[in-house]
Amino acid sequence: MEVVEGSYAVAHAVKCCRPHVISAYPITPQTHIVENLAQFVADGELECEFVPVDSEHSAMSVALGASAVGARAYSASTSQGLALMWEVLYNVSGMRLPVVMTAVNRALSAPLSIWNDQQDTVGARDSGWIQIYVEDIQEAHDALIQAYRIAESREVMLPAMICMDGFILTHTYEPVVLAEQEETDDFLPPYDPEYYLTVERPLSFGCFAEPDKFMEFRYMQHEAMERARFKIKEVADEFERAFGRYYGDLIQGYNLDGAQIVLVTFGSIIGTMKEIVKHEKDVGILKIRSYRPFPVKEVREALKDARVVAVVEKDFSAGFEGALFSDVKAALYNHVSDLKLLGFVLGLGGRDIPPEDISKIIERSRVVMDQGLKEEWEFIGLRGEIL
Amino acid sequence: MKELRIHGRGGQGSVTAAEILAVAAFRDGKFSQAFPAFGAERRGAPVMAFLRIGDEPIKIRSQVYEPDYVMVQDATLIGIVDFMKGLKEDGILIINTPKSPDELGLDGNFRVRTINATVIAKEIIGRPIVNTTMMGAFAAVTGEVSLNSVIDVVKERFSGEVGEKNARAIRRAYDLMAKGESS
Repeated sequence: MEVVEGSYAVAHAVKCCRPHVISAYPITPQTHIVENLAQFVADGELECEFVPVDSEHSAMSVALGASAVGARAYSASTSQGLALMWEVLYNVSGMRLPVVMTAVNRALSAPLSIWNDQQDTVGARDSGWIQIYVEDIQEAHDALIQAYRIAESREVMLPAMICMDGFILTHTYEPVVLAEQEETDDFLPPYDPEYYLTVERPLSFGCFAEPDKFMEFRYMQHEAMERARFKIKEVADEFERAFGRYYGDLIQGYNLDGAQIVLVTFGSIIGTMKEIVKHEKDVGILKIRSYRPFPVKEVREALKDARVVAVVEKDFSAGFEGALFSDVKAALYNHVSDLKLLGFVLGLGGRDIPPEDISKIIERSRVVMDQGLKEEWEFIGLRGEIL
Repeated sequence: MKELRIHGRGGQGSVTAAEILAVAAFRDGKFSQAFPAFGAERRGAPVMAFLRIGDEPIKIRSQVYEPDYVMVQDATLIGIVDFMKGLKEDGILIINTPKSPDELGLDGNFRVRTINATVIAKEIIGRPIVNTTMMGAFAAVTGEVSLNSVIDVVKERFSGEVGEKNARAIRRAYDLMAKGESS
């Protein structure tokens, strides 16, 4: 174990995965990841084509092309950069190319913010990428290695993004176990695609699909996502056997036994929550690790004995509510009765989340447990004086 | 768990100080976490960095609101930044200034230790970069990190003569503060 910056840990994990092509455009707070990778390549520590590009649209396009010829490809971005990649995200998943990226979570403009929230990747929820949200730096490092195994398995063949909170995880120094090259090689075999572009066997990727075929392409993507559920679990177990570390599969429960109130969330806020919840006997945490595929059955099972569920997130859909809140409610409907659900939006644009905010959410949940539901969802930490 | 907040100006190595102290504390067998106050830092503008040191793995991710220790790298921040904010009762404030604690006249239930780190850094390192000198003062005043670990980590980070000079500055600050002197 050594104390390193989150971005360095991620870059180290990428290096151990031996990508053939890295294509990225620097953008705060993702910059340190690609700076470290560029340094590894320049120093000869990583044999890889590092392609500096003119934009994120190009970055993902290069990763697409590289993956299509059978190369292992990596990219990283955040916020506006991820937004600029948008159409290529759908191309990559539609072509069933197992590109892996670190999606650093940052607010979307306007107003301009370089700080953390999760609006960017939640917006990419439906792009056909596997999305795994990580809780700490060690998980950001480990999930990256797992992601290639999941994405490149022939029963899945889907791209994956590891979503990590900007600054809070990318710019923090804490103790991390950095993977050894040899153990990573043992865990992650070289990419061996069934289909790839070669002059020996001409193929077409991303072809023109007329209405008589398009839906079948989409359906097959859905089936691959369904298979990814099992693959994510399998790879988490195998990773634990190989590396001795485990973060849950699609979900991870904390203090759920006997919990009357369960906080459901994803990302780095779980660390602060754990500090609060350890003093509360009847409050548990349900971490949504895989947001897509969504852990429908696991969520139902984990919440079946709860009385109040508080979904906590750093994103929202203007004119409705938080996206995770909607998804959790949808998964439970028709399956779990007598359960009150509350949504909380906080931490937008880097607003710090002090422990008191978590305590407030637990208090609100207790009021609902005793007196019934009034408001279904609310913002936490709004400054009334500047509204 | 103990928490430190470092105040400085962009370019003075406040984030590096937090990072090096985190590495040193971990080397002493403790858990640690260091992070900057996230922002668009500019050279000369007031900045903050945070450090947590504990016997258990550190999970909390919020900023530090009630520090046990506050370290101020630049006395020109007095009157500009509320660096005493949230400082715990019986906490310790370490300031780089030629003045004595009495001359500063700060009110509160905390201890104040002053060190003329700029003079030490200029004399030994040859530049008014005070972060390493302040680390020596922190080690002596708080006992949260060992002098040897801080020096080892600094020497690994800055090799050769630069590392040696910084190590001397750290030791000078440590010795002065350990004796209970303000310099």
